[in-house]
Amino acid sequence: MKNKIVENIGFIIITLCLLATLFFLALIIYFIFAKGISVISWEFLTCAPRKAMTAGGVAPAIAGTIFLTLGAVIFALPLGMSCAIYLNEYNPSGFIVNAVRIGVNNLAGVPSVVFGLFGLAVFVKFLGFGVSVLSGSLTLGILILPAIISASQEALTAVPQSVREASLALGATKLQTIVKTVIPSALPGIMTGVILSIGRAAGETAPILFTAAAFYKRGYPDSPFSEVMALPYHIYALMTEGTRPELQTPIAYGCALLLLAIVLLISSAAIILRNKYGRYYVS
Amino acid sequence: MSAENIIRIQAENVNFYYGRHKALKNINLDFYNNKVTSFIGPSGCGKSTFIRLLNKMNDLVADTKTEGNIWLDGENILHDKADAVKIRRKVGMVFQKPNPFAKTIFQNVSYGLEINGEKNKKIISDKVEESLKKAALWNEVKDRLADNALKLSGGQQQRLCIARCLAVEPEVILFDEPCASLDPISTNKIEELILELKKQYTIVIVTHNMQQAARVSDWTAFMYLGELIEFASTDKIFTVPKEKKTEEYLSGKFG
Repeated sequence: MKNKIVENIGFIIITLCLLATLFFLALIIYFIFAKGISVISWEFLTCAPRKAMTAGGVAPAIAGTIFLTLGAVIFALPLGMSCAIYLNEYNPSGFIVNAVRIGVNNLAGVPSVVFGLFGLAVFVKFLGFGVSVLSGSLTLGILILPAIISASQEALTAVPQSVREASLALGATKLQTIVKTVIPSALPGIMTGVILSIGRAAGETAPILFTAAAFYKRGYPDSPFSEVMALPYHIYALMTEGTRPELQTPIAYGCALLLLAIVLLISSAAIILRNKYGRYYVS
Repeated sequence: MSAENIIRIQAENVNFYYGRHKALKNINLDFYNNKVTSFIGPSGCGKSTFIRLLNKMNDLVADTKTEGNIWLDGENILHDKADAVKIRRKVGMVFQKPNPFAKTIFQNVSYGLEINGEKNKKIISDKVEESLKKAALWNEVKDRLADNALKLSGGQQQRLCIARCLAVEPEVILFDEPCASLDPISTNKIEELILELKKQYTIVIVTHNMQQAARVSDWTAFMYLGELIEFASTDKIFTVPKEKKTEEYLSGKFG
């Protein structure tokens, strides 16, 4: 009898925690939606800002955020996957594995503004890419690298050894086994890491502050070396600068809503991709 | 000398260590061409460890050491410089748990051909059909070659693994407890298949099931604690075993 009571209490507590989590999530979405929806219009989505950011649209910022996010993933995914494959499949000595793991974990803990300064010093100044989409993408790429490495490593570890043995026993080389069997099996897990990283990269402000973001730019970026507007930075700018806060605040909320929508959109695309290729690999 | 007794693989003084633990102790053994040789013995006696040496599968295990020679077509496959990829194409393996790739039935069988660089679609599809027929699976899957192999039953998956192995045209096939996870009907099918395959291939099978060894094999090796206790023709070992240990194991006194 006593066990049953304890059991019920435990279940209730867990359920309450779940509901609380859902509640906060719903609250965030509700507030952003309620405060932001009023400014969303065709003009908002397709035009550049007018009248010192108090009217018009945010299209350049939308484009900038999409470019920066995709750029970061394009840069970080192959790099992070290769790193994870090396660590997981080529069994380097324990020392190397540990050193890299500690390094990656530390990288994950570095505050994002530090990445911003690093990007400024290395990509913008030293390599001479200037304040640009390229510099911003590379900086964001490094920021999401740890997440991609650990997700990839987890996914690779989850591929059963028997699958590797099956391939090798057929006379496949190690590289053939990795490319044709291990990676496809691990892809859904790797994509999960990518999906999480997309949200992170799209939403970060500090890393692009000095490396990519422009306060105002009329058109779309026309080369990897052009400055861009980006939604997170635009929100920051609207809320801290300018002289017409009563007009700027709703626009900031509108941008936040768009940012949520974009992250959701890119993530959905990644999820669809994952399910398409992952379909076979769930046993 | 009849064609009966052509030696295909010859193991000489083979020792094997996992770290400091000696898992195989001075194994000497011949495998005959187109015969089925079975390994029996209690769990942990080294049967699987030994057959995994025959296609260099133990190379994948860290912290191991091998001594001795295993000769296959004049090449010592235990030698460090022996080409594992080449040997594995000659010595195929079917594992304890069916391990099809999470790909279609067709892709599972064509995998071995593609990694060998075969590009001709016609040759590939002919070979896939031939292999599936040899593995007695063709009639069950011919209408759904594009289905995911993981949808097949355990017994079908195991026959698919056999077909996959046959497609690369090995000369020797190692079966590591191929029926351990299968029901009796599937087991029966695999056993029939092994008897059919020995006409073309040299077969080595590890089994926990003594009746299975008696049914399918021509030669039987009994191992205990890393030692080869007795090796003889299956008839002899099951009727008049020489060693007391063998007799005790076969009569179920331990195991």
